[in-house]
Amino acid sequence: MKNTIETSDRPVTITIPEPEYPLHTLSVLVNNKPGVLARIAQVFSRRGYNIESLVVSPAAEMDFSRMTIGARGEESGLDQIKAQCNKLIDVISCYDHTDDAVVSKELALVKISVGASSRGEALQIAEHFGCKTLDLAPESLVFMVTGDSGKLDAMVGMMQKFGIVELVRTGKVVMTRGNGLT
Amino acid sequence: MNAEPRDGAQTLLKCLEAGGIEVMFGYSGGAALPIFDALETAGTKIKFVLARHEQGATHMADGYARATGKPACVLVTSGPGAGNTITGIMTAHMDSVPMVIISGQQVTWMLGKDAFQEADIFGITMPIVKHSYLVKDAADIPRVTKEAIYLATSGRPGPVLIDMPKNISQGPCDAPLDAEIDLPGYNPEKAYEIDSKDVEAVAAALAKSERPLILAGHGAMLAHAGPELKELAETARIPVCNTLLGKGIFDETHELALGMLGMHGTAYANKAVCEADLIFNIGSRFDDRIIGQPDKFGKNATIIHVDIDPSEMGKMIQPDLKIVGDAKVVLAELNKHIKALPTESWLATLDGYKKRFPLSYKIQGGLKMQHVLDVWDRLTESNSIVATDVGQHQMWSAQFNKSKAPWNWISSGGAGTMGFGFPAAIGAQLGRPDDVVIAVVGDGGFQMTLCELATAVLQKLPLKILVLNNHFLGMVRQWQELFFDNRTSGVDLEGNPDFVKLAEAYGAKGFQIKRPADIEKVLTRALEYTDGPCLINCEVVKEDNVFPMIPAGAALEDMITEKPKHRMEKPTGST
Ligand SMILES: Cc1ncc(C[n+]2csc(CCOP(=O)(O)OP(=O)(O)O)c2C)c(N)n1
Ligand SMILES: [Mg+2]
Repeated sequence: MKNTIETSDRPVTITIPEPEYPLHTLSVLVNNKPGVLARIAQVFSRRGYNIESLVVSPAAEMDFSRMTIGARGEESGLDQIKAQCNKLIDVISCYDHTDDAVVSKELALVKISVGASSRGEALQIAEHFGCKTLDLAPESLVFMVTGDSGKLDAMVGMMQKFGIVELVRTGKVVMTRGNGLT
Repeated sequence: MNAEPRDGAQTLLKCLEAGGIEVMFGYSGGAALPIFDALETAGTKIKFVLARHEQGATHMADGYARATGKPACVLVTSGPGAGNTITGIMTAHMDSVPMVIISGQQVTWMLGKDAFQEADIFGITMPIVKHSYLVKDAADIPRVTKEAIYLATSGRPGPVLIDMPKNISQGPCDAPLDAEIDLPGYNPEKAYEIDSKDVEAVAAALAKSERPLILAGHGAMLAHAGPELKELAETARIPVCNTLLGKGIFDETHELALGMLGMHGTAYANKAVCEADLIFNIGSRFDDRIIGQPDKFGKNATIIHVDIDPSEMGKMIQPDLKIVGDAKVVLAELNKHIKALPTESWLATLDGYKKRFPLSYKIQGGLKMQHVLDVWDRLTESNSIVATDVGQHQMWSAQFNKSKAPWNWISSGGAGTMGFGFPAAIGAQLGRPDDVVIAVVGDGGFQMTLCELATAVLQKLPLKILVLNNHFLGMVRQWQELFFDNRTSGVDLEGNPDFVKLAEAYGAKGFQIKRPADIEKVLTRALEYTDGPCLINCEVVKEDNVFPMIPAGAALEDMITEKPKHRMEKPTGST
């Protein structure tokens, strides 16, 4: 199954793909310097890994950035990718948090096409998911939803019937629970 | 404090010199002009060698490093100049050779605007460098230079590129020459802290082994682990085979030596791998040219892997025991736990293989590359520095030029770069002026970088250029003969120049060997000739094949020692 997005025909149908490989979440602490993202992206692309999501932002310590990378690919290759990321001079640390105890969050903005007649129902569903309504217009609504990626998938699924005009997801960020470092 | 005003370029050279750089190979151009000017004005002792092509400059720096263990610098201009270094950087990267490449660059405010001779060399080289810099502030020059040299030479060595925009090299720089290294993500010192428990586990595994085998690679050489390796092998009575780049880390003429393993390695080394119950890999990355078919390699053996690079662990072969660390430190620690092992019958078996499957060639039937190389080895008592190109001559040189000491064998292994051998020999001779250096090259590869004859002549280098001229791209022709029904395609080198005249045209001495009877006489004269470079053109038989051979991707058991009667399957497991 594929995501089908026809830009000419809005709203669009979004099907959550059934992935061939499980999603891995890597947390990479890097020097905040030009070119670092390109170096990391090369490690993934050379081994045929697809980066599904990527969040980059300054870390708590100055001079460093935190990258949270969601990627899929053959299991056997992942250890190599981690090792090769770690080998990059600009990488301070690189952990795979897939099986760790982590808190994990993602944020999505969802624009649906909805007129007065079904607006009430849409707002009800949104409330159920704890969404915030960011924009309310005669023919559309923009919601913000946060949570783990599964919850976002479910929310998007429920909004499907109104017609999704646009969807922007941040990609997930993770942090280890307790005292451990991410 | 500020004695004399400096510009960025002068600062760069002073920092390189302070970092231990003695030689710089390069080629000039607009964006590098300030740096070339600084060679005149900075009062530097760095020797600059003008190559005739930027690729040649990189291979010279490479050969210098492989012969001396010290890094050299490459200085080129932007755009095409930097572009021409790609093959040389990739070659050094594949073989973990330290190198610092300085490329001139357009001025910073023109970057990304397709300005004249602007190329994003920082981006282009990203996958083939250990690290790289684009300097945008002259104040960074001292730190960047220090880091570059440190990165190139420490841990697992490699090439580091510094891209220097012209306004930075030309502009003022009053930063102090000494700067702090700031590399929080790089901790090569960890390689020297090893866990004694890991070492004891290795010792215990060795103690249980009846048929142990040491596989020594380039990492052992880079760690200067020769004495520790010798002590281990001799004390425990373990036979040693080596990779192409490991040649010399263990004396190949030693009674415990099996020589090179792999695709064109000795039959006895490959048989030892197949029959060993323990393979102790010290500083080799289990390259596909030595393991053949990964799932069959050492399948009945305990595999121990020592490497300084954690990403090599399990990359090709999953080891049973591993130690990430510096080979010298690991072996020194291990030797404290080692006793003689009862390997006499194993050694006797291997001796039997040495007698049954020796490296051999027929003296009759025309001039053979093997014969020329064999005589050279005898005349020099295996003590010359041999820099090879890539092809049949390279493999025969690896077989017949015995390496007795480290840093004497220079060959492009990982990249297999034709055109490497001759410029690498120039670099080696510059680094080791008192040693005999020979470039063993094919007629194909030599023509890729032969313009460096001018460089060798100008530098008055007494190096020997042995052109093993079969008028073919011999190694490719061999594959076509064996795997493609002898359909030769694109391998005939008709149109070769007269190499002797060519040498003379550059002001070098030229010799000719046409018959086996000439070999010794001519090589002796070449050895006696020290007024500058000399070229020895050897008109060898056109169609000869290198054996033993393990077809690419095949298991080591499938080694052939002569041309099979039947047609062979095309290799699919590797190229
Ligand atoms: C730059 C480059 N191009 C192509 C190849 C592929 N290749 C490997 S060996 C070889 C033939 C080399 O011929 P020659 O230099 O005459 O050496 P010979 O094998 O005849 O001894 C070729 C074309 C290579 N290794 N490097
Ligand atoms: Mg040839």
